[in-house]
Amino acid sequence: MNLDFITKLLAATIAMGTSLTYATVGEIFTQKSGVLNLGMEGIMLMGALSGFATALASGNLYFGIVIAMLTGGLLSLIHAFLCITMRANQVVSGLAITMFGTGLANFLGQRLGPASNNYNLVGMNLTSKFENIAIPFLHKIPVLGALFDVSILTYFLYLLLPFSWFFMYKTKHGLAVRSVGESPRTAAAMGLNVPKIRYIYTTIGGMLAGLGGACLSLSFTPSWNDGMTGGKGWIVIALVIFATWNPGRAVIGTLVFGGITSLQFSLQAAGIKMVIPTQFLAFAPYLITFFTLSIMTILNQNKKGSFSAPSALGTPFAIDDK
Amino acid sequence: MRLALEKRDKKSNSIAFMVPLISFIVSLLLGAIVLVASKANPFEAYAAMARGAFGNARRLQYTIVEAIPLLLCGLSVGIAFRLRFWNIGAEGQYVWGAIGITWVMQFWTFVPDAMLLPVGLVVGMILGALWAGIPGVLKAQWSVDETLTTLMLNYVAIGFAEYLYIKAWKAPLGNLGTPVFPDSAAFSTVWGKIHGGLFIALVLVVILWFVQYKTRWGFELNMIGKNPTAAKYQGVSIRRNIILALLVSGAIAGLAGSINTAAIAHRLTKGVNSGYGFTGIIIAWMAHLNPFASIVVAIVMASLTTGAAALQIAMKLPESMGEVLQGLVLIPLLAGSIFNEYRLIVIRKEAAK
Repeated sequence: MNLDFITKLLAATIAMGTSLTYATVGEIFTQKSGVLNLGMEGIMLMGALSGFATALASGNLYFGIVIAMLTGGLLSLIHAFLCITMRANQVVSGLAITMFGTGLANFLGQRLGPASNNYNLVGMNLTSKFENIAIPFLHKIPVLGALFDVSILTYFLYLLLPFSWFFMYKTKHGLAVRSVGESPRTAAAMGLNVPKIRYIYTTIGGMLAGLGGACLSLSFTPSWNDGMTGGKGWIVIALVIFATWNPGRAVIGTLVFGGITSLQFSLQAAGIKMVIPTQFLAFAPYLITFFTLSIMTILNQNKKGSFSAPSALGTPFAIDDK
Repeated sequence: MRLALEKRDKKSNSIAFMVPLISFIVSLLLGAIVLVASKANPFEAYAAMARGAFGNARRLQYTIVEAIPLLLCGLSVGIAFRLRFWNIGAEGQYVWGAIGITWVMQFWTFVPDAMLLPVGLVVGMILGALWAGIPGVLKAQWSVDETLTTLMLNYVAIGFAEYLYIKAWKAPLGNLGTPVFPDSAAFSTVWGKIHGGLFIALVLVVILWFVQYKTRWGFELNMIGKNPTAAKYQGVSIRRNIILALLVSGAIAGLAGSINTAAIAHRLTKGVNSGYGFTGIIIAWMAHLNPFASIVVAIVMASLTTGAAALQIAMKLPESMGEVLQGLVLIPLLAGSIFNEYRLIVIRKEAAK
């Protein structure tokens, strides 16, 4: 194993992790406000589809990103309406969004393409994609240089991560989100509009997930394929736990999980035989998350630590309930 | 004048009937928008789907075969939901059922041929039960969030099954997948394509209905779900019941996996994680955890899948329309679920003040 290998691994991890991290930060915002959105897989796939279809039709990548975020926001708005206004079950609603979103994306993928390709988007290519931009000098640093030779989407993520941490823990808006997720009754007594805050952060979460999906179809593998998110929406749910609901920590999970996935490909490409079967690496993230969550909960048994899920996660709030 | 929601004192039967009916109509209308937008005639499309799902004996058989695992997974999830335990892990328990029966068929050579199927089903049930038991114990003992643990364990099970059929247990010849099960271990058919698994599922419906509504245990589960504090004061052990319900739930999901593997795929192979476990959650919820109602819901959901397959053949529309409709059925139903517990009232200005 040499430096070059590690640099390439890091670059691949970042490329793959960008999409995951956007969606993870989005889901953290949503869950912090007390709403569990299991619709991420459907929302990300719709983001990937709408972003790609828009960019293909308009020839403008940024326009694709905007539409992907709007689509993600719209889908999560359905979830918000069902869970917040109609007080529906959040687990079932999330699954419905995933079913509807993946179904619709795969359906539209065979309808939104040009007539010359039998209306299919599969097999179409964009004229451009989000290319990597190397920052002079910095990208020459050994290994870490990989951090400075990435696409604009990743650079933007570098800004989003510290910002979202600061927003969540150092501003009064962040405090409002957290109190709504921890104790909606107290928050309401303090004069916060619980439903409104939950609506806002569920929608923001969906927009970020849509953006995460578009990162796949406009940058990572610039194309459209049926079900191209391939379960990334579920990894996002795992990453939220792994990040212990802290947007600043979202990147650690992405590096670990993205790294494990990229490692499979990098080792294969380097022709190195592995002791551990690749399938084990594929489910390792979920197993690690399972243990993380269990151990965290057991350790936090008696004191309410900073590592646990928002207390009101998944429970609807009605001011008139006794 | 404004609208407000008021809690109902008791459940309304007419609402329990009207909400699903109106929801189904609304979802067809929403689906029609998608169809019109993709330049297809919605009437023709729905007619093609109905024919595809129920049009003749063979198609009806396919729909029923598709409904069997859905029904079993719905029953599995339903029993855990009784005590408000969110078993999102039926998918993984289903996969363990498939692994279990494959293990017996491939390696338990000491079992006589005639016994392979029943032994395989039992082993599938045991593995499914154990897989569900892990989050059950974690929840009962340390209140570890079950929604997240069961969800995570799904992907561990799916990944492990993949390892088995791609590497460890792969048949020496052919593509992905373990060797095909011996013919002697196949399910006997009941009617055309329909296999004996149907009987097992229907018998389970009756047993579970009886257990849930007519036995002391069912009463305890209900009490824990509705009012855990009261249950505790009545001397009902919540821990024991969570673990017990989870073992039963996992066993049924495992049974679904082993039945479908023995009857349809005849081996462990790609597609073992076909989403039945996830749809089962929706079936249990839509059926209000009632085993008999689950039969109807399972057939409706299965018909959307088989109907959509026919839609692809008849009208060249993507098969994913079935998934779109399955999602669309749920959205108005979720929105309408509030009327089971609340009623809409109109507050006039003067009355309000």
